[in-house]
Amino acid sequence: MAETQQQRPGRATAGQDGPARPPLWRDVRVLRGVLQVGFLVATVALVQWLFGNLTSNLDRLGIRRDFTFLDQPAGFSILGAPDFRAQDTIQNALLLGLGNAVRVAILGVLLSLLIGIVVGVARLSKNWLVARSASAYVELLRNIPPLVLVIFFYLGVLATLPRLTEATFLGDVAIISNRGIWVAWLTFGDGSQPFLTAAAVALVVALGVARWRTTVFDRTGTPHRRVLWAAATFAVVTALAFSVLQPPIEPSLPVLDGRVVTGGAWLYPEYLSLLLSLVLYASSFIAEIVRGSILAVHKGQNEAADALGLSSSQRMRYVILPQALRIAAPAIGNEFLNLTKNVSLGIAVGFAEILRVANTAAGNGQPAPQLLIVVLGAYLFLSLIISVIVNVFNRRLQLVER
Amino acid sequence: MSAPVTTGTGADTARPPQRRVDPARWVRDNLFPTPFNSVLTLVFAPLVVWATWRFARFLVVSARWEIVETNLTLYVVGGFPREQLWRLWLALTILAAVFGLLGGVVGVTAREAAVAAGRTTATTRWDRLARLGPPALLLLVLLGFSRTFTPLLLTGAVVAIGLSLSLVARRIPAALRRAVPLITVAGVVVSLYSISSFGGVPRDEWGGLLITMYYTIGALVVSYPVGILFALGRRSSLPMVRWVCGAYVEFFRGSPLITLLFTGWLVLPFFLPADFPTPTLVTRALIIFILFTSAYVAEIVRGGLQAVGRGQWEAAQALGLSPWKQTRLIVLPQALRAVIPGLVGQAISLFKDTTLVLIIGQQDLLAIAQNVTKQDEFLGQGYIIESLVFVGIVYWVASYWLSKESQRLEVRLGVGQR
Repeated sequence: MAETQQQRPGRATAGQDGPARPPLWRDVRVLRGVLQVGFLVATVALVQWLFGNLTSNLDRLGIRRDFTFLDQPAGFSILGAPDFRAQDTIQNALLLGLGNAVRVAILGVLLSLLIGIVVGVARLSKNWLVARSASAYVELLRNIPPLVLVIFFYLGVLATLPRLTEATFLGDVAIISNRGIWVAWLTFGDGSQPFLTAAAVALVVALGVARWRTTVFDRTGTPHRRVLWAAATFAVVTALAFSVLQPPIEPSLPVLDGRVVTGGAWLYPEYLSLLLSLVLYASSFIAEIVRGSILAVHKGQNEAADALGLSSSQRMRYVILPQALRIAAPAIGNEFLNLTKNVSLGIAVGFAEILRVANTAAGNGQPAPQLLIVVLGAYLFLSLIISVIVNVFNRRLQLVER
Repeated sequence: MSAPVTTGTGADTARPPQRRVDPARWVRDNLFPTPFNSVLTLVFAPLVVWATWRFARFLVVSARWEIVETNLTLYVVGGFPREQLWRLWLALTILAAVFGLLGGVVGVTAREAAVAAGRTTATTRWDRLARLGPPALLLLVLLGFSRTFTPLLLTGAVVAIGLSLSLVARRIPAALRRAVPLITVAGVVVSLYSISSFGGVPRDEWGGLLITMYYTIGALVVSYPVGILFALGRRSSLPMVRWVCGAYVEFFRGSPLITLLFTGWLVLPFFLPADFPTPTLVTRALIIFILFTSAYVAEIVRGGLQAVGRGQWEAAQALGLSPWKQTRLIVLPQALRAVIPGLVGQAISLFKDTTLVLIIGQQDLLAIAQNVTKQDEFLGQGYIIESLVFVGIVYWVASYWLSKESQRLEVRLGVGQR
């Protein structure tokens, strides 16, 4: 009681001339403000100093500082893009490189996810041999630098294949040589555009059907069979479109004619070695994530599935994997990001992704700083897109808390 | 001094009974439990046998290892002047001495702490031997290709010095143990400069495994503290500090390391004043590794900081500690303990990432592996496979060893169990 009484006079004076403020140099609010402003000023000053040096150095050396060089003719050709001519602009060359990078990234993500899930599940197999083989796969691949893999596949494997004149033929569908592998593919002639559009529409319709089946299942409980329904829808619509539009699409088989292969799809060594190594490397990490996530699903879920009398594949498919996926999704997304960034390893074997194109342009006397800004920007943009997709996916997977 | 309380040591804690399984039963349970699994086994067994046979045959019989034997010094040190090699042995000796000292002190401290807490150390002699397997294998891989006995003898001497100092370290009085980490740091610095200074070899002439190790250790030593600072910055209560640190981390995590190395190679000198001496290529690459790794370390440590409950900060405040002491004494030790596996993982990934300097024209281990195949006697005969397999094994053993040690540490620290 005595203390509260002693406090009173103090409080009274505080009431008279506003809240008692400590001196400025001990006021937390002032200090915080000053600290932040100081920090910001220091950061801005550092960045400004760096870029000031950059501009003055570039001016001193007579290097241009704008981005107009993007419209100049490139002056070099690009591997795997026979349509690209030296007089096309640098901008187009960079876009082509970006397209190549995106193509490898998308294929790599899909393949590594597939292999990663299979190997991850195999590591937990009851079959000793399968489990050990899967462990060996993971331990072998994730402890080797990916660049070693790329170079090994490029120089050690694909370059040792027979020469084109002595190429190995797999029937009519594939030609295997050290200049690359040609496989049967489709040629899309002029005028196949409407059909491709129709196919895209068919895909959207099929997804809609799958969704509709899901809502029907949720409402009535009848078996949804959404995959079957969607596939049937897609097949029917594309078949209809094909018969109506008669698109000029034909199968194209690779044919060796002297020293030139015509037809088919050319998987050139640079592309193949990069894709293979990225897929093997990323899949070993994804397998480990999948295994960890399956083990992280609560034991009771397994027992509950057993109690319901589910078979082991049903238990995996309906109980364990959906829950494991929720745990694994962020980590797998991270691996996708790593894979996308690792596409730039292609430069070691001369695969024409965007960094390689920029490097070639820089070698031709184009300004390196701007080119690298473009490349960094492109990769940051790709990373951003992937994180957005992964985040959306994550949010949909999250448990709805009740 | 009261007698230490021993709980549960000796014969009264019997190990669980070993289940004896007869081989036929084991085969049935593990290889042919279901029809589907039987098919799997029958498909996989020939594949596995074939692959193992091919690889073993390659390693022992068909591989032409003379490319490695001829160029072993090149693989290890690159273009390092041969008459200066004694400096490397000197540096290795210093390193072995200080790390032997450190290892001995850490071991004895941990044992005393375990005894004081009444825990028994669960490792058997066999466990400890098994832990030495991978580094021994690494030495064997490297020394096995040597054509003379000198490296073997010198390595033996260096290992002996390290081991004997780790034995000496056990007898250091507790009061002096605090000095040992400082001695270690000093030893590392001295060994580094004993190579490059005093008429030594500038770092631009280093190569092979030496430059790989230089990048790995150099970048780790600097980027761990810097990364912790950035992590603290991202958790700061000052929005400006948070944003700036966040922007730094996100930028470096979103960019491919190779692109950054290119930037370091081609553009970094432009960022410095005109009269400033241009840093060497090795220094520039090291700077990029540091910037890149710091961002990743910051992200890992941030995870650890988030795992430390608010109550810990509040308790530290209640004790009247200053903000700096709250961080250093209460929060950081807990945060770092939680993320040690992540930090080791980052070290492994940095070790593997150092191969990328090949692309900007540095003579690291991988670059040497490629270049030796262009020597006259090996040109165009497919020696690249042997060369890459050798280098791959070196990388593999080192990464595998580190990851196993990290798992062991994880178990020992009981991460995720408290």
